[in-house]
Amino acid sequence: MSEVLSVPTMAEMLAQGKQPEVLFWVGCAGSFDDRAKKITKAFVRILNRADVSFAVLGTEESCTGDPAKRAGNEFLFQMQAMMNIEVLNAYEAKKIVTACPHCFNTLKNEYPELGGTYEVVHHTQFLKSLLDEGRLTIEGGQFKGKRITFHDPCYLGRANKIYEAPRELIQKLDVELVEMKRSKANGLCCGAGGAQMFKDAEPGNKEVNIERTDDALETAPQIIAAGCPFCNTMLTDGVKHKEKEAEIKVMDVAELIANAKDL
Amino acid sequence: MSYIDNILFAVLLAVGFGYFISNVKKLIRNIKLGQDVDRSDNKKERWANMARIALGQSKMVRRPIAGILHIIVYVGFVIINIELLEIIIDGLFGTHRVFAFMGTAYNILIGSFEILAFLVLVAVITFLVRRNIIKLKRFIHSDLKGWPKSDANYILYFEIVMMSLFLLMNASDLALQHRGAPHFIEAGSFPISQFITPMFSGVGTDTLIILERVFWWMHIIGILTFMNYLYYSKHLHILLAFPNTYFADLNPLGKFNNLESVTKEVKLMMDPNADPFAAPPADADAAPAKFGASDVQDLNWVQLLNAYTCTECGRCTSSCPANLTGKKLSPRKIMMDTRDRAEEVGRNIDANKGVFVPDNKTLLNDYITAEELWACTSCNACVEECPVNISPLSIIMDMRRYLVMEQSAAPMSLNAMMTNVENNGAPWQYSQQDRLNWKNEN
Repeated sequence: MSEVLSVPTMAEMLAQGKQPEVLFWVGCAGSFDDRAKKITKAFVRILNRADVSFAVLGTEESCTGDPAKRAGNEFLFQMQAMMNIEVLNAYEAKKIVTACPHCFNTLKNEYPELGGTYEVVHHTQFLKSLLDEGRLTIEGGQFKGKRITFHDPCYLGRANKIYEAPRELIQKLDVELVEMKRSKANGLCCGAGGAQMFKDAEPGNKEVNIERTDDALETAPQIIAAGCPFCNTMLTDGVKHKEKEAEIKVMDVAELIANAKDL
Repeated sequence: MSYIDNILFAVLLAVGFGYFISNVKKLIRNIKLGQDVDRSDNKKERWANMARIALGQSKMVRRPIAGILHIIVYVGFVIINIELLEIIIDGLFGTHRVFAFMGTAYNILIGSFEILAFLVLVAVITFLVRRNIIKLKRFIHSDLKGWPKSDANYILYFEIVMMSLFLLMNASDLALQHRGAPHFIEAGSFPISQFITPMFSGVGTDTLIILERVFWWMHIIGILTFMNYLYYSKHLHILLAFPNTYFADLNPLGKFNNLESVTKEVKLMMDPNADPFAAPPADADAAPAKFGASDVQDLNWVQLLNAYTCTECGRCTSSCPANLTGKKLSPRKIMMDTRDRAEEVGRNIDANKGVFVPDNKTLLNDYITAEELWACTSCNACVEECPVNISPLSIIMDMRRYLVMEQSAAPMSLNAMMTNVENNGAPWQYSQQDRLNWKNEN
């Protein structure tokens, strides 16, 4: 399958004297992780379809510093932040969209004090606004009637109180959205946050992602929807651990929408 | 001759409040051991938070059974303490039911106190059952072994005694009112204690007067004792919940503070015009900043206020993903340890004429281990759950900062991740030059 994605960089835009409507911050997972790259592409397909003028930093993008900060390395975080802010400010970025709640939280909440103030939105919020503005239509397609549960990423939900945007998008797919016993403000972490993604867990009697996968499986879903590349990895591993990967898919909200449209 | 009573009462009151005030001073001193942090902004929002969360108990009712029972005890506590004012005036001036002149309003007041006292009894007994018979998981958790478990039960027993004394006092008073005993004017309505009154039917009037006085004195002595018990108990939350919700962090939960001391150094490092060999600036007289926290003095005063406010309910721990999966981390223990260490430092200062003499102990290691700190996913469940807006997460983060920036003591795999971020701008070993490769991959 040969697909042509239009992914301009900020540098290319600048060379043409253009400023995109929004800067797409891809993030490390979205750039390098095989599973997360699919989410990145799904999101880009939607952006292309909706004719959104966007650009990425490409090779000028670097880690926001989130995992360093949560691990306690404030030095490394602030160095990353200041380098990124220099780049972002040089391009006069105004609005940033990202599919990673960790990048989202850091850019939105922790960059302003260091000199980087932008309007930062999560991709579910952005897609919701495209929908509201009539620039994007969503129909159920292959997901019509499917049972879907949504896992709240901590850094989107509790950390920034965004619970409705992803749910409203999912509901547009004519699906049956079922809630886990722990959801929204009471949602349980997937186990990846706070730099846990990059280390082994401390001794205990269960892995956090299994505990969370159990929550999801209790709702007897056909699809577990996520809005974070790390949650996606953790839950995918959890579903595999339960040997349910044949019946249950873990998908990002952007993938749901892109696939529904056969993009 | 009855002046002796009044003098005794005044002395009792002075001792009770005097000791209380001296402990409050100690408490404030211990909280001020913490670093300064500015929470003087957004006064309106802060008052609103305090009104909604502390006064209005809005976060308590998320767990409806505990929440509603707690509201009964809380309202009972606040309302019945209005009675305290009358007791103090009566005690000092030898009057009896001095507010009786209010007539119907007084009857309604006393009547509602009685109903509340009864409801409090029911609630408190339910709490005891939940702790000791049903044994809810968060109440039999290892965090509470020893004193914390006893403390919780003592508070409940104490409330039973206090409410019973209040009702017994009214019951005997009512009996005396019926008999037309001098001094015992007919006042108040007694919807609950009227059922206790018949118990005293066989008791002589003189004995009954003595009994009524005994209940009255025990009631006030009980109140003063309880007030002074607070400082040594988790029950301190009844006072500190208010300042704690007022001073709590107002930022989105995901926003962690940026260390200013680090900002200065990073800016200097990145400034191409900075002279690497320049003499330190003149204001370098301040001690070099310590990054992160290894002891209570490194935390800020709001974090220490948090620790003293914690009432060890364990909602944080019961929602912590690490604790739920058997890890050592318990956010409640983080708060309890912080308070215990602050107390220890306070006692050290008291014993050494106002100066802290190093005791070769720190909050880190002696109380909280690195294993606990590294188990945190920073998911904010504990912060979200806390009925009084305590943040165990902020303490965990400050201690991680110390481990990483002062001791380079991060787990190996995290060091590898950080090296990658530093060298190639991603937590994994991929070149920054490959960041856009996904575009052309299938």
